[in-house]
Amino acid sequence: MASHEAAIREPLILNDKTYHQISEDIARPIEGAANRSWWILFTIAVMAMLWGVGCILYTIGVGIGTWGLNKTVEWAWDITNFVWWVGIGHAGTLISAVLLLFRQKWRMAINRSAEAMTIFAVICAALFPGIHMGRIWMAYWVLPLPNQFGSLWVNFNSPLLWDVFAIGTYFSVSLVFWYIGLIPDFATIRDRAVTAGKPIREAIYGIMSFGWSGNARAWHRFEEISLVLAGIATPLVLSVHTIVSMDFATSVIPGWHTTIFPPYFVAGAIFSGFAMVQTLMLVMRKVVSMESYITINHVELMNKVIILTGSIVGIAYITELFVAWYSGVEYEQYAFLNRATGPYWWAYWAMMSCNVITPQIFWIRKVRRSIWLTFIISIFVNIGMWFERFVIIVTSLHRDYLPSSWSMFYPTWVDIGIFIGTLGIFGTFFLLYARTFPVLPIAEVKSILKSSGSQFKKDHH
Amino acid sequence: MEYKVKSSTKRITLGLVLLGVLAVVYGILTHIPGQRIWANVLVNSYFFLGISVIGTLWMAIQYVAEAGWSSGLKRVPEAMAQFIPFAGIMLILVVIGGHPSLHWHHIYHWMDPALTDPTSDHFDEIIAGKSAYLNFPFFLARILAYVGVWFAFTLFFRKASLAEDAAGGLTYYKKSLGLGAVFLIFYAVTSSTSAWDITMSIDTHWFSTLFGWYNFATFWVSGIAMMAMITVYLKRSGYMQHINEEHLHDLGKFMFAFTIFWAYLWFSQFMLIWYANIPEEVTYFMDRWENYAVPFGALPVVAFIIPFLLLMDRDAKRSMNMLTMAGVVIVFGHWLDVFVMVMPGALKDEWGFGPLELGMFLGFLGAFLFVTHSALSRASLVAKNHPFLDEAAHHHV
Repeated sequence: MASHEAAIREPLILNDKTYHQISEDIARPIEGAANRSWWILFTIAVMAMLWGVGCILYTIGVGIGTWGLNKTVEWAWDITNFVWWVGIGHAGTLISAVLLLFRQKWRMAINRSAEAMTIFAVICAALFPGIHMGRIWMAYWVLPLPNQFGSLWVNFNSPLLWDVFAIGTYFSVSLVFWYIGLIPDFATIRDRAVTAGKPIREAIYGIMSFGWSGNARAWHRFEEISLVLAGIATPLVLSVHTIVSMDFATSVIPGWHTTIFPPYFVAGAIFSGFAMVQTLMLVMRKVVSMESYITINHVELMNKVIILTGSIVGIAYITELFVAWYSGVEYEQYAFLNRATGPYWWAYWAMMSCNVITPQIFWIRKVRRSIWLTFIISIFVNIGMWFERFVIIVTSLHRDYLPSSWSMFYPTWVDIGIFIGTLGIFGTFFLLYARTFPVLPIAEVKSILKSSGSQFKKDHH
Repeated sequence: MEYKVKSSTKRITLGLVLLGVLAVVYGILTHIPGQRIWANVLVNSYFFLGISVIGTLWMAIQYVAEAGWSSGLKRVPEAMAQFIPFAGIMLILVVIGGHPSLHWHHIYHWMDPALTDPTSDHFDEIIAGKSAYLNFPFFLARILAYVGVWFAFTLFFRKASLAEDAAGGLTYYKKSLGLGAVFLIFYAVTSSTSAWDITMSIDTHWFSTLFGWYNFATFWVSGIAMMAMITVYLKRSGYMQHINEEHLHDLGKFMFAFTIFWAYLWFSQFMLIWYANIPEEVTYFMDRWENYAVPFGALPVVAFIIPFLLLMDRDAKRSMNMLTMAGVVIVFGHWLDVFVMVMPGALKDEWGFGPLELGMFLGFLGAFLFVTHSALSRASLVAKNHPFLDEAAHHHV
């Protein structure tokens, strides 16, 4: 089949791969033994995770008095971390669903890992409201379940409840989407295990692939369901962070109540999600040798998404600032003046420089195509987006309406420990994933070889 | 492929323009207040300026995103954008007419010098606080800059595109890509500021951070609908046969998706203001609820529910009839959207919807279509040396 892909498009698969080489390359990390750098990273991640679990158990045992919260700042690190992790969890579904609908073939190099990242990030996020409840064993009370506790019933007017539904739906659809995509690839690993004579691996991947037969009918259904799930997942990309933003925007607190929040939070989430994908992919392509599939072209395309979403976020910041002045409402004006010049000025300027200024460097093509600069800027964005949530949450709360209630927030070692713990949980899951799951969709990558593989580009043009 | 505008098309579009002029004459003869006539000029000039700019924005996005499928229909948005100066001049007339020395109308209430004069009985502290931004010279300069720079980019794109037709090669493609990136930056800022200026400042006390993006969504979806309808018309008239169901399907998907996106922004803005119920903010919707219940209530139905249901089916997005039907509803729905943005601040409860409103809308529509069609006839209907043309010709959804 001759491809009509324009000659000026860069190839998406380098080094003249064949179909067999693609299977070999992607199966290698699963079939081979882990190298030393993997074990070092894994040990660090598990240690961080264990420390976090310890801090969580301590919180559950003693209560959230162990955190730095006080009567004025009653939401701080917990909710900052929650929003940060949910935001990171956005890129996965964007890449798998929205980019699928936009027919962006380059998504195939990163969608599997971005979806895995989504699942792990949402798990980390969901942890925070759970432990913030204090009595986590009553967590099921957030669900509208019939009960014998008299008038105890969820408050449907509360955006916090909408969040339960939004995140629950997002997590389940993302998980199903991810897993269905994995089925044919698990079957490939299973079939390779048969040839290699590895019965245990064959049994495990056989169960995980649900007995995938690979016949035409199975593929037909596979493609149908992928499209249906993409359709369902696309509104979810918007809804999750929209609802998260409403946790704040439905209030009457200056700095929280602003109508731009829903789309601006979504843009910020995609921004931070892509930055995290970038951070992880740049490490992963090296560690598991995927340079032929995650090319510099892919890095550049992701950087373009980062500059787009970063600029949207920048415009939202400036809009908020302008409208606070324009509104003539002194509380609004003070809230923003206090962000920039009050006691948390450093957090505000960390957010501004990391989120608005740094990504603008990507206008330079050389920077977009530099692995090291991309890696550094992606870390900056990850930090900046954490500070964004901290600024929104803590600086809006710490100056209460009554000056006698004014207060500051200082994190305790438990706050910090739980955050580091979630980084550990995320890292542990991701490292395990990278050793046991095909990190690229084998079948899908093969489907673009003849239109976007380097040797086919040469042959045709 | 050369396009010759049918004489019947010319007659109909110019007839609509004449109808618009007659509507204004009717308005004057029946003693409709000048304020209401000017408010209609504002609604229509803003609406048609907004959708014309979408032509340029569409091209900018296609270049920057390196989209291939749409390269075959690129002359359509290119032609739509040629209406920018016409709508722009009408808008500038509205702005100039608001100046206190002329006082053709007082739609921009804040232009009244008494409001910002502390010694006056009418002194308004809130409006005075905004006067660093809302003052006549700066305001006029901004409007001139929007219209001027948007149109300048339109001309740059057009020039590069025609030069590419003649010379081929990648030079003009690369140039357009760069132009697209710069235009996106400019438009990203000015789409919001123009919305604050042209419509938000009518309800001078009121403010909403989402308002700019909400206006953008209005124009984006109706601009795409207009583009789809013009494409269908050309195809029906025997032109653009390289545009097939696959391309229409994509246009239909854009119309469908951004219909939902508009509803999302409409709902976000409305819901957050309704929920928080802060007096300064909620007045905006109270006015609309009390005095404009019919157009305000019809808006989500016309601009969202009907096009959503019409376009939901896959086959509908591939059908020329359905695209046209949904397109008409979308364009009218978003015109109504602008109507509901402008009128409550400009006319309070003394509004109306009669021959004047309908006639002026059709008049502007006729002018827009006339300019678009004559622009289409001045160049080949296909940008024949576009590097993605072969991809577009073999496009499969």
